[in-house]
Amino acid sequence: MRLTPVLSANWGSDRPWTLDGYGDYAGARKALAMDPDAVIQTVKDSGLRGRGGAGFPTGNKWGFIPQGDGKPHYLVVNADESEPGTCKDIPIMLANPHVLIEGVVIASYAIRANHAFIYVRGEVLHVVRRLQAAVQEAYAAGILGGNVLGSGYALDVVVHAGAGAYICGEETALLDSLEGYRGQPRLRPPFPAVAGLYASPTVINNVESIASVPAILDKGVEWFRTFGTEKSPGFTLYSLSGHVTRPGQYEAPLGVTLRELLDVAGGVREGHQLKFWTPGGSSTPILTAEHLDVPLDYEAIGEAGSMLGTKALQIFDETTCVVRAVLRWTEFYAHESCGKCTPCREGTYWMVQILQRLEAGSGDAQDIDTLLDACDNILGRSFCALGDGATSPITSSVQYFKDEYVAHWEQGGCPFDPTAATLFATATQGAR
Amino acid sequence: MPFDEQTRERARTLIARYPKPRSALLPLLHLVQSEEGYVTPAGIGFCAEQLGLTKAEVGAVATFYTMYKRRPVGDYHVGVCTNTLCAVMGGDAVYAALKEHLGVDGQNAVTDDGRVSLEHIECNAACDYAPVVMVNWEFFDNQTPESAKALVDDLRAGTAVKPTRGADSVCTWREAERVLAGFYDGRADEGAAAGPATLEGLRLAGQQEGTD
Ligand SMILES: Cc1cc2nc3c(=O)[nH]c(=O)nc-3n(C[C@H](O)[C@H](O)[C@H](O)COP(=O)(O)O)c2cc1C
Ligand code: SF4
Ligand code: FES
Repeated sequence: MRLTPVLSANWGSDRPWTLDGYGDYAGARKALAMDPDAVIQTVKDSGLRGRGGAGFPTGNKWGFIPQGDGKPHYLVVNADESEPGTCKDIPIMLANPHVLIEGVVIASYAIRANHAFIYVRGEVLHVVRRLQAAVQEAYAAGILGGNVLGSGYALDVVVHAGAGAYICGEETALLDSLEGYRGQPRLRPPFPAVAGLYASPTVINNVESIASVPAILDKGVEWFRTFGTEKSPGFTLYSLSGHVTRPGQYEAPLGVTLRELLDVAGGVREGHQLKFWTPGGSSTPILTAEHLDVPLDYEAIGEAGSMLGTKALQIFDETTCVVRAVLRWTEFYAHESCGKCTPCREGTYWMVQILQRLEAGSGDAQDIDTLLDACDNILGRSFCALGDGATSPITSSVQYFKDEYVAHWEQGGCPFDPTAATLFATATQGAR
Repeated sequence: MPFDEQTRERARTLIARYPKPRSALLPLLHLVQSEEGYVTPAGIGFCAEQLGLTKAEVGAVATFYTMYKRRPVGDYHVGVCTNTLCAVMGGDAVYAALKEHLGVDGQNAVTDDGRVSLEHIECNAACDYAPVVMVNWEFFDNQTPESAKALVDDLRAGTAVKPTRGADSVCTWREAERVLAGFYDGRADEGAAAGPATLEGLRLAGQQEGTD
């Protein structure tokens, strides 16, 4: 398997976060010389799919924006990156904020927006600085402002820091947050393409989606399609974390397998075996060693019963207690539930109570049934996908590791030593 | 006089950045924290006055977001990621060690000297550097209980500390909040482009090239 650094290609170069270190916005220059509709068509033809989790075709999303409607249009970049395990957008923006700004120029021009917002989670101070500095530099260089690269097209970009709320990554909650409200999801329809920010047509795209666009404009659709598969074309950042020898960002064509990625990353940490993993963050059902050869693209991972999500590959070896892992994720969902709908608000609360009992060893078989029942009542019945996501770790862990739940109540406690799973565990601890 | 003319001027600058004034509410709440350290009743009143909202409307927003504090935090606010991946990799041990070492308990609890406050946080998008600790929202990657204790000792003693991926030194909580409000502090050129884990794939791709 060949790694294919495109987004990450300049991360090791001299001050890649500056305009000098970045380059000349070649993709944006080409786009600005084209008709906006032709830019949308190019992105459609490339087959680029959204990297924020759902994999929706980016060009199609842009195409939904009504034209000639007399309303202002907006582009909003979703830089909230908070899905547990996901850690790709933050390094993109830290090392290379200009690729995002170039993508913003192209996307905004295509959808005829004169105002774009980068909604970045607040808990990443230096990333916010790099974005602020890059935007200032871009204004000074005439890349933003009243006459973008001399084309006559006008674009303003605002960097907007969030304030700590996972739900604000959900695109309609993000819009409410950006309008100065509590971040709670909106009823759809109307979809943001029709009535988004300030009830105007709005495109919301993930950082990596937008950052992938400049290369497509610069190097062309055919080039882009030489990477990846027919239905999942292109390159992408796979983020390996946890019990892996060399955690980090691995840029590769869509459709590589975890076995291939682990091969280059030095495998599961020495002396240990893969137990379970998430393909795309905590909201995507866990998989096991039997799925090592499933292509990491939208279709194949879906057929395997999970979702590609954000390609956040969290790797856990046999020292990890799956009940502990699932409890912690469930506590996260309960904490982050925005409270708008009952299945999610009440369901996540009760699931935490039950999982705490199970982890402590005082649960029973009835608890498992109650958990699955609660998941049934949340999945598909919640107002937004946070609720659905909260059920993923539970149902998938019961599917693959029911014995481990049983072991907790049979032994009256957790059979695992948490120190054995840590980064600083000694080899002997790890080997138990 | 908590909100002087300069702060009011800053508030006007923020509001002018948006097509609709209310969009400036989150930045204004960050601004309030940069002036007073946390969101005080006066701060809520200030935002309400700037935007023509009621205090109840502003309060309802402020309490929704975890970064807005209702009580003072330390000059250095320490967040330990205890979401699953970091917790398993040692974040739970780091958090337990810091609680004991600092003698604080409870979310956002502050040391007696007011220097350091402690919070366990959710995934901070740095899982490839687990376990992760944040100080005033700068990254301290791959921590152990020992390294984290040494870190907070330095913070309490006033010894400069350097994030693993961030500026050359950690600014104060209030300075950080001013940046988050939207006022750039000129420090983007400090620090590295990326940490070692970020560059791992790129490095290995270079090795693959070499084997052609
Ligand atoms: C609870 C929740 C959190 C989300 N968080 C993020 C996020 O942090 N970043 C992101 O890009 N998308 C996130 N999404 C997905 C967005 O709603 C949206 O699908 C995405 O930003 C669209 O961009 P894309 O088409 O470029 O992928 C989240 C969705 C949900 C339900
Ligand atoms: S599913 Fe959860 S997060 Fe989504 S609207 Fe309902 S309560 Fe809010
Ligand atoms: S789980 Fe700790 S940074 Fe992601």
